[in-house]
Amino acid sequence: MSARDRILAKLRANAPQIPLPVPTPQLDAHYAARDRQESTLDRLARFRTGIESFHADVHVTLEESWPELLARLCAEKGVSSLLYGAATPAGQRLDAAAFAANGTALRPWAGQVEDIKADLFHKVDAGFTQARGAIAETGTLILWPSPAEPRTLSLVPPIHFVLLDAATIHPTFFDALRAENWAGGLPTNALLVSGPSKTADIQQTLAYGAHGPKELIVLVTTREGAAQ
Amino acid sequence: MNAPTPHTAHATRGKPIAFVSAEALRERVHEAINDDHLRSSFRGAMDFLMAKRAAQFPDESELVSLRSLSEAIRQYSLSKLPDLLEQLEANLTRNGVHVHWAETPDEANAIMLDIARRHQAKLIVKGKSMVSEEIEFNHAMEAAGIGALESDMGEYIVQLAGEKPSHIIMPAIHKTKEQIARLFAEKVPGVDYTDNVDALIQIGRQVLREKFEQAEIGLSGVNFAVAETGTLCLVENEGNGRMCTTVPKVHIAITGIEKVVEKLEHVAPLYSILTRSATGQAVSTYFNLISGPRKADEKDGPQEVHLVLLDNGRSQAYADEQLRKTLQCIRCGACMNHCPVYTRIGGHAYGTTYPGPIGKIVSPHMMGLEQTHLLPTLSTLCGACGEVCPVKIPIPELLVRLRGEAQSAPHPHPAMVGQGAGYRPLVSFVWRLWARIYAQPGAYRAFTWLASRFRALTPSRQSGWTVARTPLKPAPKRLRDMVRERV
Ligand code: SF4
Repeated sequence: MSARDRILAKLRANAPQIPLPVPTPQLDAHYAARDRQESTLDRLARFRTGIESFHADVHVTLEESWPELLARLCAEKGVSSLLYGAATPAGQRLDAAAFAANGTALRPWAGQVEDIKADLFHKVDAGFTQARGAIAETGTLILWPSPAEPRTLSLVPPIHFVLLDAATIHPTFFDALRAENWAGGLPTNALLVSGPSKTADIQQTLAYGAHGPKELIVLVTTREGAAQ
Repeated sequence: MNAPTPHTAHATRGKPIAFVSAEALRERVHEAINDDHLRSSFRGAMDFLMAKRAAQFPDESELVSLRSLSEAIRQYSLSKLPDLLEQLEANLTRNGVHVHWAETPDEANAIMLDIARRHQAKLIVKGKSMVSEEIEFNHAMEAAGIGALESDMGEYIVQLAGEKPSHIIMPAIHKTKEQIARLFAEKVPGVDYTDNVDALIQIGRQVLREKFEQAEIGLSGVNFAVAETGTLCLVENEGNGRMCTTVPKVHIAITGIEKVVEKLEHVAPLYSILTRSATGQAVSTYFNLISGPRKADEKDGPQEVHLVLLDNGRSQAYADEQLRKTLQCIRCGACMNHCPVYTRIGGHAYGTTYPGPIGKIVSPHMMGLEQTHLLPTLSTLCGACGEVCPVKIPIPELLVRLRGEAQSAPHPHPAMVGQGAGYRPLVSFVWRLWARIYAQPGAYRAFTWLASRFRALTPSRQSGWTVARTPLKPAPKRLRDMVRERV
């Protein structure tokens, strides 16, 4: 008998006399009672307050002007190389010349991570990815890395730029995974990200820039003329 | 049932966890109580964590509802545990993850050593995993000549100091920044003394980045395993967990068999109550959902993912309706933050991987009562742990139950390994006698009459009681006599 069979047999043989079935957890009752019925703008405001409290920078812009804003932010931060996925809808809108004019070299991801590992760890200043959505309640970004947008883009470079469409902000994590039926098909790696990496492991003193990005910069696009 | 496994052979890092005798435990507690520095540092840290948690639950009704829901999810999951484990295994396997089962720490280490050898690994970088501490993973790898490096800042500090974590969430909570500054200056090549926290963290970041890049294998724990999708969920702030599970070409996750939930949506409330209860954060920086190795068209991520499911006494707790509640735990650490005993003695005195209230109720299953029968007595039964536990584990009730198991006369079919380990026939006889007297009014009256009459004869040394207290002496007048005089 294998360890597997022995463990399962023990669990089954010793199943105590708990009256079965134990009731199914009622998640809807909990979340429905807390539904806020808020507008997209209110959600954006809540998302923003949340993620800013975790030291992320948020810039709200109109849909058509985010590439310009990204180029400007890269220049401000002194980013000399920006790694990104060129095949994504957002990646296709980046214009190398516009970035070069500001002193940033655009570097499309090419090859397997093994091929570019040394550069990724030592040369690249910033990574750029799209967000699939966000969560208003906690100020959280939802990232679904893909072949076109590998997961280390949002992990290894010291600065992470993220593009978020304000219309994709959900009230809670529960709402997001229900509305989008995550259980029906998850990517290899899905992520919730709330701010740059941090730690409080030394005397409960909060320090940013632990092992992941030191800075998280969110570009939120709206279509309602709410740019600031 | 599995017997506790000795790990003394390769104890190179701190004292081995598995063997702290009852006498040694008394000594450790005594030492801890007399350590003024420890008392003030833990008091300050626990006050801070309690305040932060309280601030996360401004709406009492939400807390009540979320706790009930979280308890319901954990109980529901446990009620279907063997089926969910099989479902998890099937879905993970379909996703391309290798699933392994281990009854004992030695089996788990052997499985992982085998994987490491197959990949000729020299270095394993580790994300935070209490289960890896439970099985003394680092010793096992070191003994085989493979480096196992902790990458969570707190764990890294503790490993550098040759110590053990003193808290399940904040491993280096017992250390001041000055101590850490000295440690880094002494142990990290080319580093000068600085007690600036940001600078210290940047030193750790630099050292560990190189290791993430080099390591062949990354090891992690698991916070929740989702059966319906075959997904492993990890909660963290630092990004080292993501590094360990993303950069090396092999990722090994290890978890206790109790961590499985049925549906993906079940993790939403559990995740929320976990971070809020643990460190008083609305959410952690990262929530990492891993459902498989790198696919053919993907550009990064591990090429191989393994999951090791560890029993190590959990199935013993599972077999009893009351003790099963121990397995509801989501390892938030709130019970230790609120425990007056933990706050006084710190995490090291317990001598177990898991300290504090959760440690007292779970360690007896992992290590047997022979070695742990005193643990459930390290409690005032004040009830704070049970009140804050996000999944409503009745910890005080379980402590009383375990005290009973430890004291009961050995039984032919014990519910627990080591049952009766604390049994002393004389003590047991005295208590039985007292129970008789107390249950019969006549006998009780006679007893109190005698006691007040012969009070002068009570000894001034009364075994354990007078170690730290004044001797007990019966009152000159019984309560019943005083009442009678008044009416
Ligand atoms: S017993 Fe409850 S309070 Fe303690 S760590 Fe587990 S879940 Fe948290």
